[in-house]
Amino acid sequence: MRNMIKTSVLGVAFLVACVPLFAHHGNAVYTNKPITMKGTVTQWIWTNPHTFLKFDSKDDKGNVQHWIGEWNAPSTLVNFGFTPKTFKPGDEVTVTLGGMAKDGTLVGRVRSVELADGTVMTEDEKFGKAPDSH
Amino acid sequence: MRTFVSAVTTVVVLFTFSMFASAQTAAPKKNVQQHVDGYGRPVPDPVSTETPGPPPVHDLSGNWEPDGWREGVQAQGARDFPSDSKHILPFTPEGEKAFKEHKTGFGVNAVPIGENNDPFDICDPPGFPRVELFNLRQLRIYETPKQMSILYENDQVWRNIWTDGRELPTDIAEARWYGYSVGKWVDDTTLVVETTGLDPRTWIDNAGRPHSDQLKVEETFHRLNHDIIELTLTINDPVMYTKPWVALNKFRLRLQPDWFDIREMICSASEAQGYNTVYHSGQAASPSK
Repeated sequence: MRNMIKTSVLGVAFLVACVPLFAHHGNAVYTNKPITMKGTVTQWIWTNPHTFLKFDSKDDKGNVQHWIGEWNAPSTLVNFGFTPKTFKPGDEVTVTLGGMAKDGTLVGRVRSVELADGTVMTEDEKFGKAPDSH
Repeated sequence: MRTFVSAVTTVVVLFTFSMFASAQTAAPKKNVQQHVDGYGRPVPDPVSTETPGPPPVHDLSGNWEPDGWREGVQAQGARDFPSDSKHILPFTPEGEKAFKEHKTGFGVNAVPIGENNDPFDICDPPGFPRVELFNLRQLRIYETPKQMSILYENDQVWRNIWTDGRELPTDIAEARWYGYSVGKWVDDTTLVVETTGLDPRTWIDNAGRPHSDQLKVEETFHRLNHDIIELTLTINDPVMYTKPWVALNKFRLRLQPDWFDIREMICSASEAQGYNTVYHSGQAASPSK
């Protein structure tokens, strides 16, 4: 499992940048250890209070793991070019999570997603340091 | 001549290689970053070199937005009194007890997901003043000679402020989620609004600050210039707090274009249930090798 997950060397930077991005149910449930993995989108759920990106990724044994990535509210993400059609099932993506659930379940807080064409979907510092958001 | 040809060949090869290397290391494409309205139309940034015009008299109408990216979210509680170890509210014993019973997603009372008892998480109305102390995003103000209405993006709700000279009701039999509000212009550009009759089932903010049915909220809307309103919001509830406290202190709202369309941001019971279902459907990770 550990080998499957590529721990980002930018962890310290993320700790600075990833002030809690999700608020509705609190960030205490997530670690602050960024992880990056390749996967295939299974569902993009455009909903309040938060969006979800569900994707499959293989562990180091080749077993498919069903991940759930929680992201910001649509009202926030639209300002970064996101739409209900940004991701579709079957998309090959590289997902970076700011952290995963402390209880060990395959749930994480999404930091960025790189699409197959190289486009990185994320939030930008143009808008300043992101406060705790919803 | 051979030396010249060789040099040219070397340069061409190096140039080609550098182009290839550059292509290999090109930065990934970034998604579009642009503040947009509900129709997806780009909203221009304020022009810092322009001096705002003077404030109009007795006029707050227009489309407004917190002046600063997500400044109005206030997930940790009221912006000028967030829930942390540095901001200790003047609780009465009853207030302290009520506060501890509120299990929140943020602040000093944050609990794991399953223990949360935030009424807004089941889509109870955010109520007032929480509608201004949590997820304050776009809002639209309409004025008539006798009243002012504020429409909020969050939960797509509105409240009414009477400016016809009436007083607040003194004997309120029916509390309201958004209370009873009256406003008075104290000068050409400053409207002071008093609100009472607030339903104590609501929380004051996202950090679970409690209130009783004795809560009285004062808002001061000061039109600083044509483009900016400064909003100050004070909480006064003698049942829960030993003295008033300021939740927003000159919080800046910026005027947006008149074509600005406010997005829907609604707490739907079925979506909230779906959110919890998806969140809790996370599977356990496989054991490590």
